[in-house]
Parts: sequence; C-alpha cells; structure tokens
Amino acid sequence: MDPKTKAEQKKYQELVKGHSKKTPILKHVVLAFLIGGSICLIGQIALNYFSTVERTQGEAAATTLAFMIFLGAMATGFGVYDILGEIGGAGAAIPITGFANTVVASAMEFRREGFLLGMAAKMFVIAGPVLVYGILAGFLVTLIKASLLGLFP
Amino acid sequence: MSLLIAFLVGGTICAIGQIVLDTTKLTPAHVLVGFTITGAILNGLGIYEPFIQFAGAGALIPVSGFGSAIASGMLAEVKRLGWEGLFTGAFEITGLGVTAAVVFASIIALIAKPRK
Repeated sequence: MDPKTKAEQKKYQELVKGHSKKTPILKHVVLAFLIGGSICLIGQIALNYFSTVERTQGEAAATTLAFMIFLGAMATGFGVYDILGEIGGAGAAIPITGFANTVVASAMEFRREGFLLGMAAKMFVIAGPVLVYGILAGFLVTLIKASLLGLFP
Repeated sequence: MSLLIAFLVGGTICAIGQIVLDTTKLTPAHVLVGFTITGAILNGLGIYEPFIQFAGAGALIPVSGFGSAIASGMLAEVKRLGWEGLFTGAFEITGLGVTAAVVFASIIALIAKPRK
C-alpha cells in the first residue's frame, strides 16, 4: 500500500470518527445527573416529611417509595414522564419512579390487547426482570449471609 | 443539607448508569437489572444500609435501593421465621411499592390514553 492512500485512509478514518462522535456522552451524563438528582431531591423532601409522621425509619422509607411510585405513575398517565425519559435517559429510568413508569406505560399500551392477556399479562414486561433478578440476587445473598451468621438451625 | 446530599448521590448513581448505557451495548433493561443486583449484593455485604443512612433518598430511590430492600427484608424475615424467611421476605419492604405500582397502573390504564 503506498503511503498516500494510507494517509488518505487515516484522514478518512478521522473524518468518520469526527462524524460518529455525535453522541454527546457528556451532555447525556450531565442531564442524567440533573434529572436523577432532582427526582432523589423530591424523594428526600418526602422522606423528611414521612420521617416525622411514621413510627420507624423503615416505615418512612416504605411510604416514601410508595409516594414516589405514585408520582411516577401520575406523571406517566399525564405523558410527562415520557418527555422526562427522553431528556434524562438513565436519570429518569434508574429512580423508582422509572420502575413505576415502565409498569404504567406497559399497562396503558397493552390495554388495547385486552384486560387479561394485554394489560395484566404485559404490565411487568419491562419491570419483571428487575423483580426476578432482584429476588434471585436477594435470595442468594441472604442464603449465604444467614448461613454464615448461623441463623439456620 | 440532606436535600443536597440526596441530589448529589442520586444524581451520581444515575450518571453512572448513563455512562454504562452510552459506552456499552447494554440496554436500559440490562442496566436496571444490574443496579438491582448490585444493590442486593451491597446490602448483603453490609454496605448499602449505612449508605442509605448517609444519603437518604439519594440511595433509597435509585433501583439499587429496591434490590437492597429485597435483601434486607429477607434477612429480617429469616431472623424472625428461619429458612421460611427466604421465601416470605422479598416483599416485606418492597411489597408496598409493587402493590402500589399495580394498583396505580391499573387505574391509570383505565382512564388515560397512551401518547403516540
């Protein structure tokens, strides 16, 4: 291969690289940080409030989660969460409101396929894996930990 | 102060998720499952609960907090019941959230129309 074409190839590759670098990772990450952080901020306001109302810290945490799921569900119903997801990416998906969003959005979308085989069957089409692997991971972790702690007679 | 910490920690967890999404070929579903499993393991190692004590909603609200809650519910039930707790504990804490999601999703699917 003569050096001229090699240089041209390199130039071409740089050109391709310049054009394919259009996914602005930094912008995505900053937006995810801001949206995700804001959702957790709202969660903290709720947690601070429920901590004064509920008897234990655990109950306050559970109530906060349910409240955030309610917010995520409402935002999905009004079509707001779709927009939030487009802007925030992982920032909208990773908080528990995103879990609620996938459940509600699936229920809404598959309702037209019927209430049994549509809405109910497909409600957890995205959230299901989170439940399944969360339970499996929790099961293994707890099995090992409880054995090590000697909690099984 | 708790608000600022929740914002920073929660934002950082989401930013890590976005970096994984943008730099690998994993789908959002993979990332959600990965964070859930990570939360359960960190809970087992005794790391996630002190983390929630420190960061509050910043650690609780991301889906890793959900995974952690599954594991801590199981351990609490094992302490109470023995091995049966492995099978009753998963929804000890998270049951409220899962039931809330099902109820709200059903009501909203009845009254709202999906966007195109």
